Amino acid sequence: MAGEKAAGEKKPGEKAAGKKKTGEKKPPEQKASQKEVGEKKKKIKKHHASRNPVLARGIGRYSRSAMYARKALYKRKYTAPETKIEKKKKEKPRATITKPVGGDKNGGSRVVKIRKMPRYYPTEDVPRKLLSHGKKPFCQHKRRLRASITPGTVLILLTGRHRGKRVVFLKQLATGLLLVTGPLVINRVPLRRAHQKFVIATSTKVDISGVKIPKHLTDAYFKKKRLRKPKHQEGEIFDTEKEKYEITEQRKSDQKAVDSQILARIKKVPQLRGYLRSTFCLSNGVYPHKLVF
Amino acid sequence: VFKRFVEIGRVAFISFGPHAGKLVAIVDVIDQNRALVDGPCSGVRRQAMPFKCMQLTDFVLKFPHSARQKCVRLAWEKENINEKWSATRWAKKIEAREKKAKMTDFDRYKVMKAKKMRNRIIKHEMKKLQKMSSKKGKKPEKPEKAQKPEKAQKPEKAQKPEKAQKAQKAQK
Repeated sequence: MAGEKAAGEKKPGEKAAGKKKTGEKKPPEQKASQKEVGEKKKKIKKHHASRNPVLARGIGRYSRSAMYARKALYKRKYTAPETKIEKKKKEKPRATITKPVGGDKNGGSRVVKIRKMPRYYPTEDVPRKLLSHGKKPFCQHKRRLRASITPGTVLILLTGRHRGKRVVFLKQLATGLLLVTGPLVINRVPLRRAHQKFVIATSTKVDISGVKIPKHLTDAYFKKKRLRKPKHQEGEIFDTEKEKYEITEQRKSDQKAVDSQILARIKKVPQLRGYLRSTFCLSNGVYPHKLVF
Repeated sequence: VFKRFVEIGRVAFISFGPHAGKLVAIVDVIDQNRALVDGPCSGVRRQAMPFKCMQLTDFVLKFPHSARQKCVRLAWEKENINEKWSATRWAKKIEAREKKAKMTDFDRYKVMKAKKMRNRIIKHEMKKLQKMSSKKGKKPEKPEKAQKPEKAQKPEKAQKPEKAQKAQKAQK
């Protein structure tokens, strides 16, 4: 206790002494500022002796809660300075969204949760899956292209409604399918996708070096669209689904843009136009494994 | 009955084996089945070769039996066998066969078109002749005319790409 009191006295005494020191040394400015900083640093460094006297080794006089009070920790709550990342992170993601609602006398809008609670909890927990290696989703697969297929190659389509037709290869799309065109005026094959495996690559090439293919011709452009909104169950099969495919104006204009460039190159090679118009067929004595394409 | 004999200096064409398609000269006969053979101008080393894989040609060189390669080469070059060989129909047929096998899809299309056009012209002339003969009865002019249009077409086609020649050969 005596020791503790002495310790208690020390700190205010020292603080006073420190203050006095700073008070004294104000006139010599440079030295004072340096020493002030030094004093402040020193002040922080000075730690109080233990406020918990030892009764026996490992046993203190006061409990945790008593010590909390004695050390005045209720006054001393520090937080780390807020970093820039934390400042940015403060923007919390939205939890709800208001959506308009149709119908009259409905109030016009509802407040909807964006992330909802799960609607089903399985009775047994799902077992932990074993680690797998190298299993990538389709979008990350490696796409390969046969060496015999280069831009401008004449391909023979083997499947689909245009089977047997000879067609000009333009480029390979992101999913690996080949973008191909008739051209339309020659053999009625529009800008279309073809699968590499179901195509024979001939050795005949058209020079397509300067041809510019519009950038918006991607897989999404060619993907088949399907209506999936069974709102009311009509007795019959829905007629709203696209049974009849309609050629959009955009497709027509794209077709024209690409074909006009290619047709010019095709005209330069004699007999190539007639070749593209013809279809491929096998006859007696013709064996594909013996043919040179 | 037999016109080509196995003799020293006979030039033979190798039909199968590692040296298929090359010409060699028979230098000496080893036994009933084999000959000593040498093809200095066709890249065949002096070696024994069974008669079975050789096909005799019309050419015979003059050199004594077991003559060394230098003599065989001299005789070969003197007779100019390589050029004579490529002028024969045999060699031309082989070449035509090779070309046909190498035809690409586009070439096949071009040949088809050429053949079609040629046949059309021939048929057209034939029909003309048939009409004339049915109208006017038999006349001596006809056989001449029959020959003329065919010959006229053949030199025309010769100007077209080699594929047309292949077509002609195929027809023949």
